[in-house]
Amino acid sequence: MRFQRLRQAATLCFVAAFVAVPAAAKTISVKAGTPDANEKLQEALILAEPGDTVELGAGVWKLTDGLSLDVDNVTVRGAGTKDGAGSILDFSGQQGAGEGLLVTSDDVFLTNFAVLNTKGDGIKSKGANRIVYHQLRVEWTAGPKETNGAYGVYPVESSDVLIDSVYVRGASDAGIYVGQSKNIVVRESIATENVAGIEIENSFDADVHDNIAAKNTGGILVFDLPSLPQQGGHNVRVFENIVSDNSTPNFAPKGNIVASVPTGTGVLVMANRNVEVFGNVFDQNGTANVMIVGYRYDHKDPNYQPLPKAIVVRGNQHGKAGYAPAFDGGAQIAAAMGGAIPPVLWDGAGDAIVLDEVGVLSLNLPDVKTPRDQAKPTPVTLKGTPPAALPEIKLPASMEAKVQ
Amino acid sequence: MKPVVVALAAALLFASGAGGVAPPAVDQALVDGDTMPPKLSAFGLFAGNDPARPIASFAYTLNTPLFSDYAEKHRFVSIPAGKKAEVADDGTIAFPVGTVIVKSFGWHDRNGGRPVETRLLIHRAKGWVALPYIWDADGKDASLAIAGRRVPVSFESPGGGAHSIQYGVPNKNQCKECHSRAGAIVPIGPKARNLVLPATMSADAKRLWFDRPEALKPVMPRWDDPASGSLQDRARAYLDVNCAHCHNPEGSASNSGLFLRWTDPVNVNYGIGKRPTAAGRGSGGMDFAIAPGEPDRSFLIYRLESTEPGIAMPELGRSTVHKEGAALLRQWIAEMPKASH
Repeated sequence: MRFQRLRQAATLCFVAAFVAVPAAAKTISVKAGTPDANEKLQEALILAEPGDTVELGAGVWKLTDGLSLDVDNVTVRGAGTKDGAGSILDFSGQQGAGEGLLVTSDDVFLTNFAVLNTKGDGIKSKGANRIVYHQLRVEWTAGPKETNGAYGVYPVESSDVLIDSVYVRGASDAGIYVGQSKNIVVRESIATENVAGIEIENSFDADVHDNIAAKNTGGILVFDLPSLPQQGGHNVRVFENIVSDNSTPNFAPKGNIVASVPTGTGVLVMANRNVEVFGNVFDQNGTANVMIVGYRYDHKDPNYQPLPKAIVVRGNQHGKAGYAPAFDGGAQIAAAMGGAIPPVLWDGAGDAIVLDEVGVLSLNLPDVKTPRDQAKPTPVTLKGTPPAALPEIKLPASMEAKVQ
Repeated sequence: MKPVVVALAAALLFASGAGGVAPPAVDQALVDGDTMPPKLSAFGLFAGNDPARPIASFAYTLNTPLFSDYAEKHRFVSIPAGKKAEVADDGTIAFPVGTVIVKSFGWHDRNGGRPVETRLLIHRAKGWVALPYIWDADGKDASLAIAGRRVPVSFESPGGGAHSIQYGVPNKNQCKECHSRAGAIVPIGPKARNLVLPATMSADAKRLWFDRPEALKPVMPRWDDPASGSLQDRARAYLDVNCAHCHNPEGSASNSGLFLRWTDPVNVNYGIGKRPTAAGRGSGGMDFAIAPGEPDRSFLIYRLESTEPGIAMPELGRSTVHKEGAALLRQWIAEMPKASH
């Protein structure tokens, strides 16, 4: 009996091995530093077949053109993210393409490499379902500059997105940006010295947790914008993050929506419904720890809903905030209130519930068409019974298995 | 052994100059197969592998072509004998499996006008495949460059400007970035509204390759010929051909919400008063893609007039500014009534 079971087990293992790893799955290793490294790496990304791993050698890759991957179920794995030991993709001499690496296929796993100084976005994935960004560094190494690329990691129009243990610094828009996507987890990542640290835009069902958003202009943004294919952002939980010292002067190119984010913003919710902000640690956000606003620009989109609705703020720790409100008239309001405004700021549009035991300042502008200079700032309480808590985001097991 | 014998026999016949030489033909088995031959000559798309002697079902031009660094393009189609392209009511052309669309890029003042590269779009049973070939230094054959390459190129543009650029031959993925609809590769250029067949092509020849040749009506104007259409229609033709392959709801730029097809209404999603979505520094500090009456405050113009990655549009296939195209769009925007603020 025992032998038979052993044999059965062995057979199962044998079968499992063949099922899990297609016969063709292989590792394509590419070396850094050769004169044709750019072409060889791009060739590997094109010739890879589903199941394959493209392995980036350690060293500095001097890349002149954007890379792209369009094969499902490929892993791109480097030797690490640190200068000197890791796989460093340096785009300082980039001559073309809108990003450093573009992924357009499903089930892709990006891990253990760095992307530096791209001319446009760092890593973009579009229509790339079940993508995993893991242990990556995307950085503009000269720090905040208006000429830096817009987004560090940039998944868009995708279902099931995991961003785990990623470091982004210097993005002139958002360090970690998830747009027009569904079922999203951003966790255990660090966003620093970007305009927006982490931004969830026009997206549904997202958990943003256990991240550090520090020294950005704004720490974590949850936005919804008009005239886009997917809008009506909702069901976003921002929890257990450290959101501190977001004091970098806004360096976004004018015209972009984040150029309007006041320096010193912790979490900013604009025109979404069902957003929960809880269990975060806030400190040293000079404008506000939490800001809740409507979309106050002209738009011509009859389907767009510009108000924040059912926003819940609860159980957060509030350090110092509101001592340098960087919006028009903010300094006067702060002076009138004894030097600082309360840590939670609401423009008065839509509805929100704030259960934290801190002050809330309303600008009393319920109609988003009312100009901001007609604000009548007043302390308010927004206690009430919040709607049922949002469920945890569950990603497919195949994605979680990749980062275990 | 068989193919070798055939090739040998063909070579002997050719060398002997005897009558009855088999006319050069496209290797249809290779076209229909699933390989990516390292040399362009394998397909037999040119007589004597001379790019000036295509083995074409027909050559074609476009009323308004895509700008590619002032490259002159030679286009032709090879359709398997006995098959026809179907022209749909909406003007799209469905080419049969086995079709190859061939486009060669060169400049008349560079290397005697010989092409730098030849791109193939091959319709195989599993779908379209895009393959870029770069001509070898001796000009005798072209080699597959699946990962693309930058080729130094010097030429003079029609307006008289001298250019020395690192011309970007796209890689296989980049081919798809433009030739993409809902994630699959499709031809972009040949559409009934823009396709121009040679004046010398007979009605019989047209019937041989198209099921409804009468449906081929190139109604789209020539972007640079005021006699062919109004300023707005020429601007719209230019935007359709140069931008709309990505800027449509199923294209690579679907998330931008900026849709520039010939058939799209000229409204906010066409850029009029549209704020940047994910433009980054591509906004150039401006509020709108198109600010009516104000080309200098329209970042669509800013992006067309830039060659810097991260700002420049289109993102691929352009290392020079198309001054004449930008001038057309500037004039179009300048003549729009200013929006009331």
